[in-house]
Amino acid sequence: MSKVKSLKCRECPEEYEISPKYVCDMCFGPLEISYNWKEIKKSVNKNSITNGPKSIWRYKSLLPIDGNDVIDIGTGFTPLISADNLSNFLGLKKIWIKNDSVNPTYSFKDRVVSVASTKAKEFNFDTFACASTGNLAGSVAAHGAKAGFRTLVFIPSNLENEKIVAASIYGPEVVAIKGNYDDVNRLCTELAETKPWAFVNINLRPFYSEGSKTVGFEIAEQLGWKTPDHIIAPAASGSLFIKVWKGFNEFFEIGLIEKPKNTRMHIAQPKGCSPISTSFNEGKTHPLPVIPKTIAKSLAIGNPADGYYAIKLAKETRGSAHAVSDDEIVKGISLLARTEGIFTETAGGVVIATLVKMVKQELISKDEEVVVLITGNGLKTQEVISSLSAPTEINPTIKSFEDSFPNY
Amino acid sequence: MRLSKQLKFTFRGKSIQRPLIYEVGHKFKVTTNIRKADIESDGGWVILELTGSKEEINKALDWLKEEEVRVDNVAGDIVAG
Repeated sequence: MSKVKSLKCRECPEEYEISPKYVCDMCFGPLEISYNWKEIKKSVNKNSITNGPKSIWRYKSLLPIDGNDVIDIGTGFTPLISADNLSNFLGLKKIWIKNDSVNPTYSFKDRVVSVASTKAKEFNFDTFACASTGNLAGSVAAHGAKAGFRTLVFIPSNLENEKIVAASIYGPEVVAIKGNYDDVNRLCTELAETKPWAFVNINLRPFYSEGSKTVGFEIAEQLGWKTPDHIIAPAASGSLFIKVWKGFNEFFEIGLIEKPKNTRMHIAQPKGCSPISTSFNEGKTHPLPVIPKTIAKSLAIGNPADGYYAIKLAKETRGSAHAVSDDEIVKGISLLARTEGIFTETAGGVVIATLVKMVKQELISKDEEVVVLITGNGLKTQEVISSLSAPTEINPTIKSFEDSFPNY
Repeated sequence: MRLSKQLKFTFRGKSIQRPLIYEVGHKFKVTTNIRKADIESDGGWVILELTGSKEEINKALDWLKEEEVRVDNVAGDIVAG
């Protein structure tokens, strides 16, 4: 019997055969993978996982992949770092950094794209596509190259050159669409409806998003088969946030960890694009879409597909939701770099700024354990911290050095 | 050729008081088929299927935007970070 049963609607009882489909025909709700847990339990245990590769593929039995030919560029099993300096600075017992900025294309997107590209091969697609302003573009281009797909990356025509280079080096067709963000969204949706392509976050979305739950698997395994008191995760569409929790619950389902009943899930968003946090704090169940205006471009999703589920999860776990300013984001990036030697992009700055805020608001007790998700590398968003990097210029003399640096 | 689009309309402010879904079906040759909705006094959303020719759908969506209705794909934003 297969480990994957069907595609199931999250909103109504409808189920569908496994195929590149993402919306329920009945209620237009999102589809997700339904697994045969009895079958999975027979073959998955702590030993089978720890004997697996040091990548997301150690959890292959828990992913919607049928065969053994995975598209592997070395994604996952990223370090969970004990952030002792940051813990001391904030007066907490233990902060862990889940450092996904060291993935092959320097962001957590490699997890979702690894699964999507593998599934695209299994579905016999020959063309692999995405629409992105940064991290996803690079990851899709890299996986497309490894898998031998024809790869298309759609970007807004005003995207910064360094982000275009980070995707184009892998050899995809990079298509710059004139117009605003809505125009790019609309065209890509129409293309996905009319072309026989694997569009990673459209028709492959139920498979693609499953890659994110490996963050939850890794955290639980790396903590010694348990979950922490708090998780702070950045939210764009909200998918990563809910899938980390799904990972914990699936580990519980197959008996690898205790029920994660004491883990609280906290949402981190930038003030310039915080539809999920705003609605959570206003007591609403659905996020109201916004027009993003933030330096945290990797979180600039104005109409988050999984916003409703993220709000629900934060409520159910007695979590919270926060929105931080651009200034706080830059300070967050700087704080993490100066305490832990980890240079994160703006989404990481959002998470660290949220952590600081939560400590100030006494939402975390001093003896509790916190895991913060750092999802991307700082080299990708250097423009936002350029003001911090001006060097001190001196003349080529000892005197000039000592005059400028009297403490050395 | 008739097309069907699965869309989410978000209403805010004064637009909530008007029968805009009724109006769009009368002003343009499109059919609306509501699947889900959540409306409160200060705003709300409706998930529906809009069916018609591409031209009529586009004209209907342009008009709705002029009436300050936000129109999104049901799957949320496609352009990711």
